[in-house]
Amino acid sequence: MTNPRIAVVSAGLGEPSSTKLLADRLREATLAALTAHGQHAEAVDVTLRPLAQDIASHMLTHNPSEALGAAIREVIDAEAIIAVTPTFNMSYSGLFKSFFDVIEEGQLASIPTALGATGGTARHSMVMDTAMRPMFAYLKAQVVPTGVFAAAEDWGAASGLDRRIAREGQELADLMVAMPRRREADPFDESSDAFVSFEQMLGHA
Amino acid sequence: MSSMQFGIFSVSDITQDPTTGRTPTEHERIKGWIAMAKKAEEVGLDVFAAGEHHNPPFFSSSPTTTLGYIAAQTERLILSTATTLITTNDPVKIAEDFAMLQHLADGRVDLTLGRGNTGPVYPWFGKDIRDGIELAIEHYALLHQLWHEPVVNWQGKHRTPLTGYTSTPAPLDGVAPFVWHGSIRSPQIAEQAAYYGDGFFHNNIFWNKEHTERMVRLYRSRFAHYGHGEPEEAIVGLGGQIFMKPTEREAKDRFRPFFDVAPVYGHGPSLEDFEQMTPLTVGTPEQVIEKTLAFRDYAGDYQRQLFLVDHAGLPLEEVLEQIEILGTEVVPVLRREFDRVRPAGVPDAPTHAARVAAAKEAGTQLGEQGRAWHEQGERRDLDTGAAIARQEGEVA
Repeated sequence: MTNPRIAVVSAGLGEPSSTKLLADRLREATLAALTAHGQHAEAVDVTLRPLAQDIASHMLTHNPSEALGAAIREVIDAEAIIAVTPTFNMSYSGLFKSFFDVIEEGQLASIPTALGATGGTARHSMVMDTAMRPMFAYLKAQVVPTGVFAAAEDWGAASGLDRRIAREGQELADLMVAMPRRREADPFDESSDAFVSFEQMLGHA
Repeated sequence: MSSMQFGIFSVSDITQDPTTGRTPTEHERIKGWIAMAKKAEEVGLDVFAAGEHHNPPFFSSSPTTTLGYIAAQTERLILSTATTLITTNDPVKIAEDFAMLQHLADGRVDLTLGRGNTGPVYPWFGKDIRDGIELAIEHYALLHQLWHEPVVNWQGKHRTPLTGYTSTPAPLDGVAPFVWHGSIRSPQIAEQAAYYGDGFFHNNIFWNKEHTERMVRLYRSRFAHYGHGEPEEAIVGLGGQIFMKPTEREAKDRFRPFFDVAPVYGHGPSLEDFEQMTPLTVGTPEQVIEKTLAFRDYAGDYQRQLFLVDHAGLPLEEVLEQIEILGTEVVPVLRREFDRVRPAGVPDAPTHAARVAAAKEAGTQLGEQGRAWHEQGERRDLDTGAAIARQEGEVA
């Protein structure tokens, strides 16, 4: 069996990006906790900034570019996701939302998920509970209890950021082990038990 | 007619010409369609397929009216649809309208059923878009029955029940119009086409070829599962979108302003990127030939190829020129090249004459022309005079 893969989605716009930095730290914490579980996972970074124009085109045409198609597959095929966004206007960024908007409905159901957000001050930290959790609840993802918000000042102070990151990484690793995602059958796979035959559609079987 | 049919299909959008700022009137576009259909026949194309919509900026709300008018002015052209809304139309009216058209056009008629994609159209016609698949399945089951049984007793969830209903006129020569089922990505519709042994049509425009590929593959496999033949014997139709000039540069320069602001895909990816992602070809006739021949790499040997040529505000003269190039430079080569690589055993595209001959041989013909229902045992008690007398009695 291949190692479980974690997709690390970060929607930071700067370069370097504190959003990416938080995503990296959450990734390392998760991988370390999985190692303690005896699991060797791989992580793949899905950085949204270079996909911004492709995401907009996808919304207009329903056609993913090759790069965006590959990024979407990384996310929907993963065993878990870590999703981190900067806070804009008291919410996730439009880019972050748009990426999840172009993923087909149902594709993220049951996927273990860790959330993170960054912002200028801690006064934005409600974004996690007012915006991110409702969206991932709609997507039917399994979201871990801890969500790390990193304000600018957290990076230079003994703010407990490390402790919160480690806890969230531990929670995601635990969830991946205890409740791995269930995958829906491919509706085009006629050999699957879940395939709906025409007799069933007609109500004859 | 060769083993494949080639033609044009249109969504009937009324769009401003971005190069002149002029928007054609409904009347101009409607008459333009007639000119396109006549041109298609003149240059040797086989099919004209009319879309159906019930909201601006589209004009084609009544395809059988349009196709009847075209039938009267053409000799060989097959009149079809792309698509007929099986969800919001009454299947009884579809059965009647297309059987009527089939008689008037001496069999030059088939139709492609689709669900439609504009949310509000469902409630405008008293339906719910969430029932789309269910409507497509139930309505077609009734339509199929109306075209194969002289007296129909039916009840379902989405339409008032029928007792002792005979759809008139009976299908021409006792053989119903050929039906294609169109869907971009719903496996249920590929399954439906396979179950009945009908054709499957993928519009193959605006979308990446992966959708087309997996829908056609499922349809072919299930066609065999339901005992209609080998997967290669299933009947597949594809769309495509093209714009041609003598050089690729001229084609790109002329089409780009239309592309950049087009409905559906405008303001999005570049023309070049969109050509990469979808079957759109903007270039020389040779490039169109090359890309079209490659469709069989992912769809297998297929029976019908329709091109979209009148979208996004292109003026009529330009559209007629595209049809001319198709008929004179592209389709003759496509016919030859597709035939050259076509294995034996791949069925020809469906025509009324061939279907009547096949039905005679199989013993499934419902009766000779005009007497299909009579020979199948329609209700003898229902002669016209008695019916009128009874009706008058009820009124009085």
